[in-house]
Amino acid sequence: MIGNGQRGALLFLVRRLSAALPVLLGVAIFTFVLMRVLPGDPAIFFASGPAAGEEEIRELRAKMGLDRSIPEQLWIYFKDLASGNLGMSLTTGRPVVADIAERLPASLELALFALVIALAIALPLGVAAALSPGSILDHAVRMICTAGVSLPTFVTGLILIYVFYYLLGVAPDPTGRLNIFLIAPPSRTGFLLVDTLIAGDFATFMAALHQLALPSATMSIYVLAPIARMTRASMLAVLSSDFVRTAVAMGLGRGTVIVVYAFRNAVIPVLTTVGVVFSSMLGANVLVEKVFSWPGVGSYALDALLGSDYAPVQGFVLLMAIIFVAVNFLIDTLYSLADPRVTVE
Amino acid sequence: MKITGGQHLYYVLRANRLTAAAFAVAIFIFLVAIVGPFITPYDPLESNVASALQPPSALHWFGTDQIGRDVFSRVVVATRLDIFIALSAVALSFVIGASIGAMCGYLGGWIDRWISRMVDVLMAFPLFVLAMALVAALGNKVENVIYATMLINLPFYVRYARVEVNVQRTRGFVDAARVSGNGDARILFRFLLPNVLPGMMVQISLNMGWAILNAAGLSFIGLGIRPPAPEWGIMVAEGARFITTGQWWTVLFPSLALVATVLAFNLLGDGLRDIVDPKLRT
Repeated sequence: MIGNGQRGALLFLVRRLSAALPVLLGVAIFTFVLMRVLPGDPAIFFASGPAAGEEEIRELRAKMGLDRSIPEQLWIYFKDLASGNLGMSLTTGRPVVADIAERLPASLELALFALVIALAIALPLGVAAALSPGSILDHAVRMICTAGVSLPTFVTGLILIYVFYYLLGVAPDPTGRLNIFLIAPPSRTGFLLVDTLIAGDFATFMAALHQLALPSATMSIYVLAPIARMTRASMLAVLSSDFVRTAVAMGLGRGTVIVVYAFRNAVIPVLTTVGVVFSSMLGANVLVEKVFSWPGVGSYALDALLGSDYAPVQGFVLLMAIIFVAVNFLIDTLYSLADPRVTVE
Repeated sequence: MKITGGQHLYYVLRANRLTAAAFAVAIFIFLVAIVGPFITPYDPLESNVASALQPPSALHWFGTDQIGRDVFSRVVVATRLDIFIALSAVALSFVIGASIGAMCGYLGGWIDRWISRMVDVLMAFPLFVLAMALVAALGNKVENVIYATMLINLPFYVRYARVEVNVQRTRGFVDAARVSGNGDARILFRFLLPNVLPGMMVQISLNMGWAILNAAGLSFIGLGIRPPAPEWGIMVAEGARFITTGQWWTVLFPSLALVATVLAFNLLGDGLRDIVDPKLRT
């Protein structure tokens, strides 16, 4: 027997999923069309050279499926997607799925670490600013927020490198996830910080943390502003609501009112912002990974793009969209947990 | 006494100092974009290997880059290109987005459903990734950076115009327009759209800053604008190679120009929003 509440939750999940599916389908068609528009004939590009014969090019075209009709190619593309086949990277000579699986943890580690730092700083800042509107702190937060969204990540990254690597000498060489003289621990999760701890290798853990510090700081500065801004606005709105006034009037402690009454209600719009922010991090990753030679999916896609190797780009764009849809799905679900009144319209 | 538009602007800006400052900076940047190429001390493309990577001096205010070009001249000349890209992209997405959105909101039905679906799909991509893929797909040209930036800005305008028109089309003045014999197209463009535009104007300033960041980011990773064209993103990318050896000026000055411009547009946008709609103040 499924209880009423459980059935409601299940129905909610199914509805949300069925709303996400057309979007995913659209995303897949869009990436296909995008790659069909890409300039140049990949077959000519990857033939042995400018002297390649007609025969060789035709063979390559047939091998890559480029000689079929467009609907046929789309059908083949969908079948490949369904079986988890994203094609071969012509530069690395490996399946795109394998390449991405190897590099995705590096990107996720960077993005998630940066997000945690940003949340840890932005939430208290936003709440503090909302508690004393008009104060110096409030103005400072507003200033930080505006400056933060005006700073391109690649500029922040380069400034951090100049200050902490060149001037102060406290940061390691800004290339990659780990100093080349250190041996990476056996890969279990692909997250270096987790893998080193599992292996009990504390020295390598610290080294990895060192490498991660600057790129994740760059990312945090980028996402701090929108989160702090939304926290402040949302807290301000909640703090002036009737139920907070009632709670204060009933003589509840300041801490209880702020944390339990105000913050829990203010956190819902912040959740939405975090989803949007996470999506923009997936894009900013490309820039940050380039600045710090970070071996993630962003730099992988970029290298492929500049080398006219389109299967990895297609895979990357599709993957980012899927992650984004998944994150939003997750947030909508969290949303309904935080606020039972929220339903799918 | 009749108050002119200029007097009103002066009054509003005097009460909002920060917005006034941002407004002044934005005007200055537009001026530089217009006259920039005529006032530079050096040719932005002229290389001089003998004086490569010189720090800032009286001769070269912002120093010289890796092949001896004057960084100051390049930063100044680049303003026109960056502003041109952002302005055209935002103008295009505003016009196209507002028209499509207003049409959807007014007509409803299957057109509305399909276009909303397509907008949902566009919004499902991280915007910078989408811009990257679009420029790669359309080709490495300046106009394609504009189209890509236009397309990723489009959803905001479509959604805004759609919702606003949808709300306003049942209001009295629309009925009045209809009974006095106006057709759908005329009601939409003559009566509804003008009532939706003011709210969207605020978004334009915020989007300008964002469009500049986007274009600079694309050229930073080697897409869109090609060297040796002077452009802030390319200059930062070229200077990045020398930051670990301490030649900061090739990165700092184009970055400053970029950040100052974006900051000015963002502050202006925030200020305008506070003036137009104080409720949204955050």
